[in-house]
Amino acid sequence: MTMLETRGLNKHFGGLQVTDDVNLVLARGELHCLIGPNGAGKSTFFRLILGEYPPSSGQILFDGADITRLPSHERVRRGMSVKFQVPGVFQALSVQQNLEIALQHHLEGASLAAEIDRLLGFLDLVADRAQRAGNLSHGQKQWLEIGMAVSLKPSLLLLDEPTAGMSIEETHATGEMIKALNAEGMTILAVEHDMEFVRQVAQRVTVLHLGRIFAQGDIDAITADERVAAIYLGQGHAHA
Amino acid sequence: MGARGGMLHRLEGPQTLGRGRWFWLGFAIAVALACAYPLFEDDYTVGNTIYFFNWVFMALGLCLIWGYGGMLSFGQTALFGISGYGYGIFVLNFGPDHGFTLIAALVAVAAAALFAAAIGYFLFWGRIGGVFLGIVTLSVTLVLERFMAQTAGPEWHVGTARLNGFNGMSGMAPLTIPWPGDDIVLSPDVPLYYVVLGLLVLAYLGLRILVNSSFGNVLVAIRENPQRATMLGYDIRRYQLAAFAIGGAFAGLSGVLYTSWGQYITPSSMGLTAASLPVVWVAVGGRSDLTTTLVGTLLVIGAFQALTVYGSQYALVAMGVLLVLTVLAAPQGLVMAAARLVTRRRP
Repeated sequence: MTMLETRGLNKHFGGLQVTDDVNLVLARGELHCLIGPNGAGKSTFFRLILGEYPPSSGQILFDGADITRLPSHERVRRGMSVKFQVPGVFQALSVQQNLEIALQHHLEGASLAAEIDRLLGFLDLVADRAQRAGNLSHGQKQWLEIGMAVSLKPSLLLLDEPTAGMSIEETHATGEMIKALNAEGMTILAVEHDMEFVRQVAQRVTVLHLGRIFAQGDIDAITADERVAAIYLGQGHAHA
Repeated sequence: MGARGGMLHRLEGPQTLGRGRWFWLGFAIAVALACAYPLFEDDYTVGNTIYFFNWVFMALGLCLIWGYGGMLSFGQTALFGISGYGYGIFVLNFGPDHGFTLIAALVAVAAAALFAAAIGYFLFWGRIGGVFLGIVTLSVTLVLERFMAQTAGPEWHVGTARLNGFNGMSGMAPLTIPWPGDDIVLSPDVPLYYVVLGLLVLAYLGLRILVNSSFGNVLVAIRENPQRATMLGYDIRRYQLAAFAIGGAFAGLSGVLYTSWGQYITPSSMGLTAASLPVVWVAVGGRSDLTTTLVGTLLVIGAFQALTVYGSQYALVAMGVLLVLTVLAAPQGLVMAAARLVTRRRP
């Protein structure tokens, strides 16, 4: 069963080819990591999937339906959710209100309040519920945003560097959280730089390079691949 | 917060300052004082006070659009003008009898809302935001002013209503309530004062409910982070359009009340000065809250009126200085800063 599929996906800005004929298939229930050096086209690829950019050519299929021309909010309504690299929380609003805005689509009244309480507990933010989201620590903001993204109960969760700026402990805890979500059946696609994190969570890894799929496989195969080491991990790590 | 339903519950919430017994006691006292005010003042002063109140609707509308929605618009004056002229054209053509001025008022406000929705469609579906939204809305206002200013010739009329160029349109009947025996003509006098005060209380409370509803939640979310709001599944263009049209309707209400109050409207009501004043009122009060906007608008208009005794040029310069001072010293608004000093409870 395929959750997400891109077919011959291309994006160019003027003469610059940023996404080059990407064919990616994501199975339902998979936890997939997308890695690659800076400028590999990871963020653009994410934006294409999210509908923030229209592709120059190619197709995006989500849950069997062609969503290539669908606006972003429609994709979200169909079960896609995202956590951005820079924490995308509503800074001036309280933590509780951030969650309320995420949840008020499908919940109201007592069930809304109960779900907010449950998420605050899950995110370890109970004491900060009345706090402005802008006053949270960086790691807490990342968690809050993950909470907002997850609260939509998406079938596909997209994570853009979910552990950027986190401490080692926070990174590990985030990895465990993501594995738990995946175990509940959520399909997850994460862009990540931190190879420790990738090793902790990923089932399958795709390496993007110069906008193209450069390599694909499980994490051991990828780290053992000397071509990948050459472009991404650095030669010194290839034999580590 | 959103756990309990009910519209009245939404009178308080995260998007509005003021909650609890003491706030509402203060509110009740303020309304009671406003109700008693005509007993202590002469008719001229009461009439002048109505003039102050007339503008507050437009300011509250801008507060919704700018303070809550994050969209700085100079277009409120355009909608004010459309509605004012609309009211004049209808009433001059059909007369004040049979409650027609009230229908004209509704039609004029609806016209302002529709025009706002039309501009909003191009703005928001065209993904125009930030400073460009300000520029486009200011342009619309100025184009309308220029257009109306050149309608002096007799060929510019709608039915029997002459547009009259820069001299403006005058002589339309004021709002008139049909009444058995004798209609109640709402000239700038005590009955009009109570009608406008009633509308003001309704507008304020209605907007409090709106901004604390789930609609208001999404509106402030868009202000804070439009990308995140979109990626929570909201079609933000619809929310922006709705806020813009509702805010525009309030500007339209100001336009009708102003035109009915003075029985005239001129193109300069859509000029550069007119377009910038609401921004000053709302910014000085504190754009992110309805109460600070309301209080700030009344204070600033009152001060402006007092200063015009010494010449309107000086008053305008003072407004400019006030705006600069606000931006530098209290970007959230002077009334807002004062409110925070008093309560020290909210972030």
